[in-house]
Amino acid sequence: MVSAGVIGLGFLALAVSLLGSMPLAGAWTPFLLSFGLLSAGTIGYAWFAYKDTVPGIKHDGIMFGNTTHRGAIAWALGIALTGFYVVLYWWPEYLARAIALVEPLSLALSGQPANQWFLYGFLYTMAVVLFGFRMFMRYRHNRYHIIRTISVMFFQLVLAFILPHLLRALNEPEFYFSYFWPLKYDYLFPGTVDYLVNSPGALGSFMVFWGAVCSFIATPVLTYFYGKRWYCSWVCGCGGLAETLGDPWRHLTPKSTVSWKIERAIIYAVLLLIILTTAVLWVSSTSEGALSAISAPLQQWYGFYIGAVFAGVIGVGFYPVLGNRVWCRFGCPMAAVLGIIQRFFSRFRITTNGGQCMSCGNCTTYCEMGIDVRAYAERGENIVRSSCVGCGVCSAVCPRGVLKLENGTSHGDRYPGSDKPLGALSTAVSKGARVYGDREGYV
Amino acid sequence: MSATAGRYRSCSTGERPDGGGPLHTVIVGNGVTGVTAATRLRQLQPDWKITLVSGESAFHYSRPALMYIFMGHMTYEATKPFEDRFWRDQRLDLVRDWVTGIDIEDKQLVLHRNGRLPYDRLLIATGAKSNKFGWPGQDLEGVQGLYNLKDLRQLYKNAERARHAVIVGGGLIGIELAEMLHSRHIHVTFLIRESSYWCNILPMEESGMINRLIEEQGIGLIRETNLKEIVDDGSGRVDAVVTEFDDRIDCQLVGLTPGVSPNTDLVKATPIETGRGVLVDHSFRTNIPDIYAAGDCAEIVSRNGGRNLIQQVWYTGKKQGKAAGEVLAGEDTAYDPGIWFNSAKFFDLEYQTYGMILSTPQPGELHLYWEHPSHRHAVRVVGADGCIKAFNFMGIRARHEVCERWIAERRTVEYVLDHLEEANFDPEFFVRHETEIVRSLKEQLA
Repeated sequence: MVSAGVIGLGFLALAVSLLGSMPLAGAWTPFLLSFGLLSAGTIGYAWFAYKDTVPGIKHDGIMFGNTTHRGAIAWALGIALTGFYVVLYWWPEYLARAIALVEPLSLALSGQPANQWFLYGFLYTMAVVLFGFRMFMRYRHNRYHIIRTISVMFFQLVLAFILPHLLRALNEPEFYFSYFWPLKYDYLFPGTVDYLVNSPGALGSFMVFWGAVCSFIATPVLTYFYGKRWYCSWVCGCGGLAETLGDPWRHLTPKSTVSWKIERAIIYAVLLLIILTTAVLWVSSTSEGALSAISAPLQQWYGFYIGAVFAGVIGVGFYPVLGNRVWCRFGCPMAAVLGIIQRFFSRFRITTNGGQCMSCGNCTTYCEMGIDVRAYAERGENIVRSSCVGCGVCSAVCPRGVLKLENGTSHGDRYPGSDKPLGALSTAVSKGARVYGDREGYV
Repeated sequence: MSATAGRYRSCSTGERPDGGGPLHTVIVGNGVTGVTAATRLRQLQPDWKITLVSGESAFHYSRPALMYIFMGHMTYEATKPFEDRFWRDQRLDLVRDWVTGIDIEDKQLVLHRNGRLPYDRLLIATGAKSNKFGWPGQDLEGVQGLYNLKDLRQLYKNAERARHAVIVGGGLIGIELAEMLHSRHIHVTFLIRESSYWCNILPMEESGMINRLIEEQGIGLIRETNLKEIVDDGSGRVDAVVTEFDDRIDCQLVGLTPGVSPNTDLVKATPIETGRGVLVDHSFRTNIPDIYAAGDCAEIVSRNGGRNLIQQVWYTGKKQGKAAGEVLAGEDTAYDPGIWFNSAKFFDLEYQTYGMILSTPQPGELHLYWEHPSHRHAVRVVGADGCIKAFNFMGIRARHEVCERWIAERRTVEYVLDHLEEANFDPEFFVRHETEIVRSLKEQLA
């Protein structure tokens, strides 16, 4: 009750700051009052909600909840979130007072005035940190979740929020060390490379080098050892928001075979598109604009529809109705690349414990990637799906201890045919539909 | 037609005696046993006609997940292991009806609504039903067991007006029901016959852990007490229960969970032999040709004159279903119960057992036991003749395959202790207790 009151006061302070007419720029008081109270209230709420409970999985009432199970509040939240993104991308002038409100922090970090992207980064980071605290309370019986949540909080707060602004303060180009191609689609575009290398200081070349290393060396190597989870549920900011703010909605992801088919069609289409866009840009750049008639509109088109509409507006705005990994599941080209490596070449798998599955379906229900984990578990098969982000919740919610995330000593024992992963990959590409473990092949 | 059947299988035992084509197998009950039998039979006989009859639900759902529907963890839809189109794809016909009789002469089932259904082979997989011991007031409104969807619907209604519930009988369903009601902030009092929760199955130490857990959750536990009667409030609803010591406990809901018995209602009026369950041999054959029974409703007659086998847990239901499917398909399969295992969850405490551990050490058995000071983790290792015989794990996940292999290979207790880490199935980054466990168990061994 007290926490709810504090949150209410926070919103009140926020409303007064946003709707009032007094000048805001540079003043700490309204900033601290509104966001301080909101933070304290949210943390207090999580603390009091869980502190007297016995540690363990508590999903009581999720399916009855208006907010958590597509009720009116969920739809309202979805519309509000979507609306916020629309305003943020296309009508930032309406956010002028909100931008002014966070200005003192921007000045303190980078010495630059705030813009709408600073406001967005600030709110995003705040959500990851505050709801990360909620994760600590909720999953305090489970060290995997605590450590993984600390990791995503760290990467968001330090590498994706503070560090880029410090770089700006040092007059260096802004750079997000935890994002790279193909997720951060412009980091390997010729234009960006030139900008980074030619900006003041020598750091730019290092950043290009770093981006390339992460894209083409770290990605396959780390994914070989740990599966895609090292990125998707330990490092990535999109994943970070999904794992923290999105946790109350993870069970909403559609689980049907049809949704799986849609997922495969879209995610690989996006991957092809970004590869194509990048290639065209490079050709255009090295051939002094031979393809600029195609490359420029393609770059714009991708940036608008995929980068803004899909990743932002739909990806996060649809959390309360389609689950917390809408973008990761259906759109992210980085997830597609990591997924192919994970599915066919990685040591990572989720193992199932003998004949212990009782098909209750908790694992499938709480899988944020829409994987029918139960279908594998009840047959005692390893789960090696390319979409699995290794969040570990299936293992945590299983009431019989059936599921365990593991990095094996090799990749050669994960699925029939894993000794010849290239063959398995080419079969999957050429035959398409019959992916191992597909329900259709059940009997 | 018989040629088609022969294309898939070398032996043609599945064909009609008159060579008239694929057989029609009817399975009564769409629980885990019936469904596993059906899918296994489909694998082996791709062109037979298979029909599943159930009055309880249109589609198969996971019975152990009933509690998660009530607690709001899952929707009913999510408890269905197969998408609805699976049944059509696999050509498994579903009939939503209650079977009221079996016409053995004409090989037909009598259905409540849909007339008669002829069969060539029949599998009875009707499951179990909650025990009732003839307590006064046991049929009052607000008194119920928990076994099927109907019970669940009733529980929704009964829970609405309940502030205090009494649960009679301390088994697995009892504690699940307690957790369910607890999640709706209904105060629960447990009434158990035993001196400690489930101590007829669990050794005292493990049972003690659960007592502590029950009390930690704020649930009342009254031990060594029998129910005397359930009191009417004057309108046919429950008002209170009275114990054998004439203590009165006011309540609006009574959960009766003193175990389940094989559901033999359907076969009672037929010449099919029954004991406590439908009597079958190790190939699930009843005394009537072409009629089989498996799962919770079956009582497997012991071959060597020992105790008959009635197994009523999910895993054995699944295992029996698989074997029964093979028998139905015409294979010469005998059910092998294998090395016993089971698992459960008591509120937030997970329990796994491999091999058979009785509540008290048997002659010649060696019991080694370790419990963490937090009472959240415990391991019991049981040996006999120097070999490993069984394990209990509380709050530690163990690898089924490894434990089973050790028991089957008759590894020595020393070997098992030296390799105990291999059996750990806890998630990554969990605190491992093996060093402590092994040290403590070895001291006991010495």
